[in-house]
Amino acid sequence: MSHDHDHDHDHDHHHDHDHPHDHGPFQPDIKEPTEEWEFLEIAMRELLIQKGIITAREVEDMIEEWDGKVPENGARVVARAWTDAAYKARLLADGNAGVQEMGMDLPGLKLVVLENTPKVHHMIVCTLCSCYPRTILGLPPLWYKSRAYRTRTVREPRAVLAEFGTELPDSVEVRVVDSTADCRYLVLPMRPEGTDGWSTDELARLATRDSMIGTAQALNPEGARG
Amino acid sequence: MAERGVHDMGGEAGGPVDNHEHVPTLSERRVDALMQLMRANPRSYWVVDEMRRTIESLTPGHYNAAGYYEKWAYALRGLLIEKGVVTEAEIDAKLAEVKSRVAEQSEKC
Repeated sequence: MSHDHDHDHDHDHHHDHDHPHDHGPFQPDIKEPTEEWEFLEIAMRELLIQKGIITAREVEDMIEEWDGKVPENGARVVARAWTDAAYKARLLADGNAGVQEMGMDLPGLKLVVLENTPKVHHMIVCTLCSCYPRTILGLPPLWYKSRAYRTRTVREPRAVLAEFGTELPDSVEVRVVDSTADCRYLVLPMRPEGTDGWSTDELARLATRDSMIGTAQALNPEGARG
Repeated sequence: MAERGVHDMGGEAGGPVDNHEHVPTLSERRVDALMQLMRANPRSYWVVDEMRRTIESLTPGHYNAAGYYEKWAYALRGLLIEKGVVTEAEIDAKLAEVKSRVAEQSEKC
């Protein structure tokens, strides 16, 4: 998932729709607002700024902060767990403390890390809304919030996995966990075969976002889906 | 048994999962940021459960038709009014102003 947006264009919020052609090639998603809710967003933001409740700068900083929360952060946690047995034990015993060691936190929320093994495969969903370990993996993908994923994952997880190209033998138990507002999950995928001696940086590249949600396994050493 | 809310959809029938990647748009990231700024310390105008209650209280028609951050935008509107941060009239007036301003700017392009 790329996060190549540049926010500098938006420092003057009153004129952010004046120059639709000045944004350069790296902002494919910047467009004129067309939908009612987009106008509503502008109206509420401007009203809150006008009343002195928030500042334009705070909005920009918050967006930038969240642009920095990407699945690569979760992948560092996974890669360390793959290479450091003591760390893995601590992470599985207390997810919050485990990610905190890596400089991440989930303020006010419980984090449970679920280890995939040759016998058990975990998969995360939030049937009621979109609860997700956002501070570890970034904003959830669109499909995670979709009706199709939320309805079917708890009923037919293997069919959903197949749509992600993930086929598991019948001998593997699939365990689906339903997240809540207060308790979030992170999957610790299995370390791919053929990665002995790899550095944590190299290993981290195999721990994809989807492997930490459980819709996929970690990539194999060739970088292909396992 | 109580009737299930529109959001309580686990186990219902659903279509295939469209797992195409989508990079959040600026409008979507702004709604996300506004929601968090208003909820987090030091403002703390509401807690996450109130936000969810507001989203889940959208009419079933609106809930099912709206995109994710569209739901959030309307939930934010509801919370701002409910908590007395701004009035409905203020939002409506500002919305009209924004729309006419954007329309004028589009004509100049």
